[in-house]
Amino acid sequence: MPDPFVIDPGLARLSARKFVQGRGRYLDDITLTGMLHVCFVRSPYAHAKIAGIDTSAAREVGGVSHVITGRDLAPVCRPWTAQLTNLGEMKTAPQSALPVETVKWQGEPVAAVVASSRAVAEDAAELVEVDYEELPAVVDPEAALKPDAPLVHPDLGTNVAWSINIDTGEVDAALAGSDVVIEKTFSVDRQTGVTLEPRGAIADYDPAKCYLTIHLTSQVPHIQRYIYARQLGLNEANVRIICPDIGGGFGLKLHVYSDEIATAAISMLIRRPVKFTADRLESFVSDIHARGHRVSARIGVNNDGKIQALEVNDLAGAGPFLIHPRTSVIEPLLVAICTPLAYDLKHYRAGASLVYQNKVSTGQYRGVGMPVASLVAEGLVDAAARATGLDKAEIRKRNLFRDDAYPVTGISGEYLECLSQQASLDKLLKMMDYGRLQEERDAGRDKGIYKGIGLATVVEGTSPSPALYAAGGAPISSRDACTLRLEAGGNISCATGLTDQGQGGEAVVTQVIADVIGIPSNEINIVMGDTATTPFGGGTWASRSTAIAGEACLLAATEMREKILEVAAAIHEQPADILTIRAGEIFNLETNEKVSSLAEIGKTVHFNTHTLPAEFEPELIVTRHYSQREQLMVYANCALGVSLEVDVNTGLVTLHKIWAVDDCGRIINEKLVVEQMRGSIVQGIGSSLYEECIYDETGQLLNGNMFEYLLPMAGEMPDIECDHIETPTKATQLGAKGCGEAGIIAVCGAIMNGINDALEPFGVEVSSQPFTPEKILRALGKIV
Amino acid sequence: MKPAKFNYVRAGSVDQVLDLLEQPAGFVKILAGGQSLNPTLNMRLSAPDMLIDINDLDELRGIRVEEDRLHVGALTRHAELERSELVAGHAPLLTKAIQHVAHAAVRNRGTIGGNVSLADPASELPACCVALDASITIRNKQGTRVVRARDYFKDLYETDLQENDLMISISFPLAGDTTVCAFREFVRRRGDFASTGLVVNAELVDGVFTSFSPVFFAVANTPVLAAGVAQLLVNRTITGEVVEQAVAAVDHDVEITGDSNMSEEMKRHLAGHYLREVIGELYG
Amino acid sequence: MDKEPRISISVTVNGALVEAEAPARESLADFLRHRVGLTGTHVGCEQGICGACTVRFDGRIARSCLTLAAQAHGHSIETIEGVTDSGEIADLQEAFLRHNAAQCGFCTPGMLITAAEFLNSGETARRESIRQFLSGNYCRCTGYHAIVDAIAEIAGKKADA
Repeated sequence: MPDPFVIDPGLARLSARKFVQGRGRYLDDITLTGMLHVCFVRSPYAHAKIAGIDTSAAREVGGVSHVITGRDLAPVCRPWTAQLTNLGEMKTAPQSALPVETVKWQGEPVAAVVASSRAVAEDAAELVEVDYEELPAVVDPEAALKPDAPLVHPDLGTNVAWSINIDTGEVDAALAGSDVVIEKTFSVDRQTGVTLEPRGAIADYDPAKCYLTIHLTSQVPHIQRYIYARQLGLNEANVRIICPDIGGGFGLKLHVYSDEIATAAISMLIRRPVKFTADRLESFVSDIHARGHRVSARIGVNNDGKIQALEVNDLAGAGPFLIHPRTSVIEPLLVAICTPLAYDLKHYRAGASLVYQNKVSTGQYRGVGMPVASLVAEGLVDAAARATGLDKAEIRKRNLFRDDAYPVTGISGEYLECLSQQASLDKLLKMMDYGRLQEERDAGRDKGIYKGIGLATVVEGTSPSPALYAAGGAPISSRDACTLRLEAGGNISCATGLTDQGQGGEAVVTQVIADVIGIPSNEINIVMGDTATTPFGGGTWASRSTAIAGEACLLAATEMREKILEVAAAIHEQPADILTIRAGEIFNLETNEKVSSLAEIGKTVHFNTHTLPAEFEPELIVTRHYSQREQLMVYANCALGVSLEVDVNTGLVTLHKIWAVDDCGRIINEKLVVEQMRGSIVQGIGSSLYEECIYDETGQLLNGNMFEYLLPMAGEMPDIECDHIETPTKATQLGAKGCGEAGIIAVCGAIMNGINDALEPFGVEVSSQPFTPEKILRALGKIV
Repeated sequence: MKPAKFNYVRAGSVDQVLDLLEQPAGFVKILAGGQSLNPTLNMRLSAPDMLIDINDLDELRGIRVEEDRLHVGALTRHAELERSELVAGHAPLLTKAIQHVAHAAVRNRGTIGGNVSLADPASELPACCVALDASITIRNKQGTRVVRARDYFKDLYETDLQENDLMISISFPLAGDTTVCAFREFVRRRGDFASTGLVVNAELVDGVFTSFSPVFFAVANTPVLAAGVAQLLVNRTITGEVVEQAVAAVDHDVEITGDSNMSEEMKRHLAGHYLREVIGELYG
Repeated sequence: MDKEPRISISVTVNGALVEAEAPARESLADFLRHRVGLTGTHVGCEQGICGACTVRFDGRIARSCLTLAAQAHGHSIETIEGVTDSGEIADLQEAFLRHNAAQCGFCTPGMLITAAEFLNSGETARRESIRQFLSGNYCRCTGYHAIVDAIAEIAGKKADA
């Protein structure tokens, strides 16, 4: 293996060429012969008893083939229950593809119409008459805790799904002994992922073979296959999941959705291929939501800026069901674990509770709890700086772990192998020209221009080990795989369990394989996203693609290289250890003469085996798996700075520029890393300034459309400058950590801090995300 | 979602449209640019029995100056207004406002007539029509009438247009050497519908406003011409005190109501803020 | 209304005449994707907001989800497939690749067609004006920076030429 990696800085992402030509193939682009379309009838109520469903008028519509209710699907698709047993007691309830007795959120599918076109299916869906008896809805998490609150699941006897307490001891004493104690409450509203491509499924059941093929907009085909087979009563080998090009995932496409699995069950029931594509209005009430936290927190700090103790209490909402199979507890769990993670402190106490409510289920969306954790931590650290009169960069330097301190065990028990928080912050401050920004800010204040600088220094958990999910009994694979095959022409076919929703994982593994074997990248073809043709792998989530699948590819390519050289050695009767491969040709290292080529090896192995030594039957196919087991997560870090301006008359925040320095270990393709950073920063800007799922007191989502649910657009986004520190993890040969989430984790806290910095002359602060103009004007007392 | 079923007629003449409107086969909608209508169809918020597509009616298109007024055909697209030198010269407020209407792709299709027919309270163009004292030419089978924009907007999505009416054109008085105008709106993202807006068209002669037409939009069911505010500013020396009197008068002139996007208090605050800013901008 | 009203449509798509019968309610986006088979035009919202369905209608960008197929009768439509095959935006496409300005690719065709109109508009190629022109096109993946870089590069080359 060449070391360091020969990284071609100009290497474009080969697979992106199809996208710029409009040749991506997404789910809705696929049409199967004889395919029908399914449209779901969704509950208009947040909580109601289904007293009856009259499908007769819908069945009469021309072009309608079936109208299907929960009773029809029950024999085909078993209910599922999300549960992890490794995180304390979890009270959980079964969920059905289509409910039979009660609906538990506005937007829950209750019946399905199958018709010749989506339009006709929608016509008929309007005629399905569901007799609902409305029940009181649980909406606000705090109200859910009240003794007289209605119960989302009466059988559970409580609305509390799960809670956790962490206490390292002596927190009260440490707070009492601190020079300054600051208490703050933060709230982070619900948001949703809004992948530009909506979710969907095309299911095609072949009753003759008992074989179910599902095209699915999923990040995790192998995991989905296991679950679909189990719920639908099929052998896993008789289920094929194909994930075509996916128009954005961000965690949203990890989960089991009742409408998608219902589509598969419907195909089995009616023995026809059926397509379901969510339309945008459905997406808002059926895609997982995320966030929705209220955190009260206290920090004790001494006058020298050293943090003495930290305490957080998080209350989060789950929706009506823990999302399958990962559950909805990981967000509050990570709030509890990750809030103190960046900082060296001795006393920490955390409580987190997750409660049921009649809203869309919450689940893993980019950042998973960590953006909330860092918002709280960074907000408290800035408040501590204000209270002690320290500079906001300086107080961080005094509390971050020293870069030579690693490995350390963080206060919540996390093993931090190797981070570069201090170096990243130093680099960031230089990049920003921090001192000049401070001068500009101070000068502007006299002229009524209120600029703010916001900083955040965060730790991102990436590439989880099986201890997070599988140890709790969930069918979630933390390993990934790579199968390499040398083709007769001398090029390489790769099949991996990894999937690509735009991150460029395909380009990364191509590059790793090319570099390790010594073959041009355009001689490698990658197959992914198809359970029939790829080895079992966990897929794409938790910033694991490069770190996990990249390592599997490295291992497979290393072995493939050895095998190729073994064949070359046998053919040419030279010792394998003096041979090497460069750009697809095999050289003798001692003479520097060309000995053979991959083309010759491929041809010999696949056709001309008569020329090989007797009893030498080479296998030029390699499969290697890799699972990260040493650390709960491989931690990366990021320092991020924001320069912004608050219009104190309108409350509008203008972002002038953002800078980020991240450390995701070994970088394989810098352009991909930078765009992961920028993309996740802009999603975080969405969280910070725009996105919120606004519900009324009856559990109706009021802004579930593209007009009113605001996403970040080009016009308001700033330029984002990125740089890196590379501290490779020693857990793998590749040394890569994840990089897809640091931006969204860091930017929310940085923007809040920047706004509060701008508002400092007024002595007011905001701490309720999103930081809307109205909230800012209220903080300023301009409106009451 | 897909629209519910409807019949579609591609109209060949204005008379054909008027005939169809006179004896409607159920609920009929006129399809012009479709940039507001089609989303409501796609979401099944509106389910007409028939759409009459008027896009082929070239007689409804075009910008010209005639008899001391600027005439804009109802089917004139936003992008044509945006690029028109006639509009820039004779109704500069429109040029200022139009670039805030949605995005380029929408402006290429959306029409002034469609916009003013729908009369979305958050839309920029209805407010401009009121501020500019535009006249709207409306035709039905019985004849043609001209309605002042100031009388045209009745209530939320309710205008002088009746079910058998077709908007033909909108005309504007020509701006003169002393005409000044200003545009303000609150949007969180460029191109969004306004949450509070103010357009002003005024005459400024030797440092005195001889006329001042402030129209607030996205604060009530229709655009509102603030007559009391105008009265305070016209033929007066503008002092800080006068400005504050004018700001205080907004409350009296405009019955501001909050909506799902913004509270009443914030709308009131912004209305005052924009008025202050605009007076400062125009008065210098 | 029991029967589906249908309408004959004769439209030039990427320079070739297409004659088809479609339901009156069919959007131009669905017509292009499912009747003509040009799936490079994407449907992200059907509400006219996201811009993924942007095509050219008589040479100017339009939302194909907010246009009925029937309205395209007698007109000329260009899609990403057409402007790719003609080579018209080849430099822009290469710039998108160089700058890694496409991630999941779902917004990319609409983004490119919008960018091409910007480049043809004669607007000054400041980053700010590029950002403003792209405001009607959502990208949920990239953060927009690389897209602006790619367009700015081509705009700069055009200005120099």
